[in-house]
Amino acid sequence: MISPIGYSHYLILSAVLFTIGVFGVLFRRNLIIIFMSIELMLNSVNLALVAISKFTQNPDGQIFVFFVITVAAAEAAIGLAIVISLFRHKQTIAVDDINLMKG
Amino acid sequence: MWHDIIFWILAVLCVSCALCVVWQRNPVVSAVFLVGSFLALAGLYLNLSAPFLAAIQVIIYAGAIMVLFVFVMMLLDLHHPLDLYFRFTKLKFPKLIVLLLFSWFLCTLILATAFPLAAPQTSQGFTISQIATLLFSKYAFPFELTSLLLLIAMVGGVVLAKKK
Amino acid sequence: MLSAILLFPLLGFLINGLVGRRLPKVAVSIIGCTSVFISFAIAFYLFMDFLQSPEGWREITVTLFQWIPLLGVDASLKLDSLSLLLVLVVTGVGFLIHLYSAHYMEEDPSIARYFSYLNLFTFAMLLLVLANNLLLLFIGWEGVGLCSYLLIGFWFEDLEKAQAGKKAFLVNRIGDFSFLIALFLIFTTFGTFNISSLKIFEVSPDQLHTLTVITLLLFIGACGKSAQIPLYVWLPDAMAGPTPVSALIHAATMVTAGVYMVARLHFWYLLTPFSMTVIATVGIITALFSASMAFFQNDIKKVLAYSTISQLGYMFLAVGIGAFSAGVFHLITHAFFKALLFLAAGSVIHALHGEQDIQKMGNLKSKLPLTHIVFLFGVLAIIGCPPFSGFFSKDEILWFAFNKNTLFWILGLLGALMTTFYMVRLFTLVFYGISRKEIKEHLHEAPPLMALSLILLAFLSLGGGLIGVPHSLYGFFKMDNFLEHFLNPVFIGQLEITHEGLSEYTLMMITLVLTLATAIWTFLTFHKHQEWAEHLRIKCSKIHAVLANKYYVDEFYTWAFVVPVKKSSELLLKFLDKGAIDGALGGLGKVTILSGTGLKLLQNGNIQTYALGFVIGTLGILLYIWSMWT
Repeated sequence: MISPIGYSHYLILSAVLFTIGVFGVLFRRNLIIIFMSIELMLNSVNLALVAISKFTQNPDGQIFVFFVITVAAAEAAIGLAIVISLFRHKQTIAVDDINLMKG
Repeated sequence: MWHDIIFWILAVLCVSCALCVVWQRNPVVSAVFLVGSFLALAGLYLNLSAPFLAAIQVIIYAGAIMVLFVFVMMLLDLHHPLDLYFRFTKLKFPKLIVLLLFSWFLCTLILATAFPLAAPQTSQGFTISQIATLLFSKYAFPFELTSLLLLIAMVGGVVLAKKK
Repeated sequence: MLSAILLFPLLGFLINGLVGRRLPKVAVSIIGCTSVFISFAIAFYLFMDFLQSPEGWREITVTLFQWIPLLGVDASLKLDSLSLLLVLVVTGVGFLIHLYSAHYMEEDPSIARYFSYLNLFTFAMLLLVLANNLLLLFIGWEGVGLCSYLLIGFWFEDLEKAQAGKKAFLVNRIGDFSFLIALFLIFTTFGTFNISSLKIFEVSPDQLHTLTVITLLLFIGACGKSAQIPLYVWLPDAMAGPTPVSALIHAATMVTAGVYMVARLHFWYLLTPFSMTVIATVGIITALFSASMAFFQNDIKKVLAYSTISQLGYMFLAVGIGAFSAGVFHLITHAFFKALLFLAAGSVIHALHGEQDIQKMGNLKSKLPLTHIVFLFGVLAIIGCPPFSGFFSKDEILWFAFNKNTLFWILGLLGALMTTFYMVRLFTLVFYGISRKEIKEHLHEAPPLMALSLILLAFLSLGGGLIGVPHSLYGFFKMDNFLEHFLNPVFIGQLEITHEGLSEYTLMMITLVLTLATAIWTFLTFHKHQEWAEHLRIKCSKIHAVLANKYYVDEFYTWAFVVPVKKSSELLLKFLDKGAIDGALGGLGKVTILSGTGLKLLQNGNIQTYALGFVIGTLGILLYIWSMWT
């Protein structure tokens, strides 16, 4: 708080958010929550990109964020459609129980 | 000075909302907290002089994607009471160790980088017109491709979620 | 034209072998017999041709094709006086035996297989005789061994007969192995297999050792093929095959292959006197040994089998002392009378519907008159009674033996007397005396084709000796020794007679008197005064037991060789085959299964496990960057 905010603060924040997202993916059983954690991870990356874009004075970072958001939207749509289809077959959204690919 | 205070407030808000997302039992409550996290992030974008992106963040992420999530949760007719789902999976300890290692390395690497002392306040942001010019000149091709991508996503979504 | 001699039996084999089962039996017999007859006709024509050409021109060499260029081996055939004689014997006697078989085997369902094997045998034997190349000869050598196995075990549904065939092949194989080693040595020493090229008359002292080894190894191979000690044990058991087979293979042709081989390579044997001594010694010992075993045999064919071994011993004695043409002469006459004896025995067996035990026969003289007469001819030939052929050939051997070494002559004479004893015993017990078997039904004499063969062979046994009239009787017969002159260009350097001491005529008389005396005594003993024989048997019961059990040689071989091999292969089966090899292969499979089971745990279908993998990978990248940076 005493030192002024610089690059590293934003990047650390991004890292923390990313870690929380990974935590969610690895540890939660509910498939929807896992999806939300993935969105969280994408957002943390967006934050990092914007921060770097500002501090290197390069607008390309912000363009990239634009595209990331678009792709995230498309991916969320498809992913949720798959979840619906999966739920219709297995009547569950706990990832532990969805193990058809078990070798 | 205000920048710093706003940064800290928004940062704490963002992180606590994120923690609540992964810790809640009820997915709908998680969705609400995720919205909160997104809004905090939009604020951080504003702090970084990227108004266009802040707007986009709110409109698309908080407005469209989260609504989609909530709709899907409504469609999934979850009969079972939610506390039958154990929240966390097996193999907790190895995953925890890996996760901690991962985060520690990430932070170490970030902190080890010597960034120049230019403060965020002094550097300039970008206007919408600047972004738009760049988008339609240098990145015109990816722009068109994303439109195709969205078409595919639409069609795919409909096909996958159709009732047989 | 030489290849035509080989071609027809081969064709007969192929036709009978491939389509014979669908042809009528008559057709099969005709195909089998004519193929051999054509070969005989060609050989006879060539014989006439040879007689008209001067002595130096009596040789034809034909190269069929280049066989193994790398070793310089050509498939070449050579016809000279020696091989021509053998070809005539093989095809001539073979043809008569084929005729005989046409009737003997006419009720057998596998007659096509029989004739195809017989033709294959003829082909292989002719190949052996005509080969100018030792490797080609070896092919014929192996081929006759194979056919011997196939024909001995012809009625293979009977386990004993099949095992007899197996025994023949295995014992033969030992000889073949020795022959093969000799071939290797020949190639490394001389660099060629061609007999014409190998015909040398001088050799350096260090090569002499190798040559001695080579000749001894070749002789061991001949022992296997021609049933000398210690590899004779297969021949008595080989009587399990059909009687014409015994006649052809084990009397007239295959067993003489060893003698032929020594005669063919006489130039080497003349250079290695040690091998010659070995051959002669083994020959005479075998002759006496097997003659003694024939004393108390009760199976017609077994007596004849031991008699064959004994006569082969005489042939080896002859070539061992250097009298090559005498050995070949005896080979020819033996082919005649032994085939005759076997075929006559076959006629008896056929008439008695399979009975082979002479203790159950008797007084067949009146019932089988033709067989009786021809058998008598054969017996007189084998004991050496003039004017039958055996007299001339056996006497020539004994005369040469006398000139070389008196001991050989004494032993040879002893062997001749033993031969007389058991042959006359056989003859008497079968055809004279009271009939021991209850013969109610009318016995039929040999059918026409069998009778024809018997009669022709009987004539040959009678008159076959005239081709080799000895010097002392030139005046009596007004004929020269045709055979000696015919074979002279082939056998350069054979034993020459130095006339000292007793003349040939005197020796002949001694032999003749003793032989006739023995024959008459034996005849009377077994015909009228069997109590003498019984008395003798009881007195020497121990010796009788040993002889009757063939000196327990078969038992010894089983104990010494067969049982250890069986035991060791059982051990190997347990430890090597099941333990090591199966274990290794099974272990390989087990490793795969275990690793699969282990790796399977990674694929638990749980997304979060896979996500964990992602994170670990990313961690790895971070570590890498960190290591690069610091």
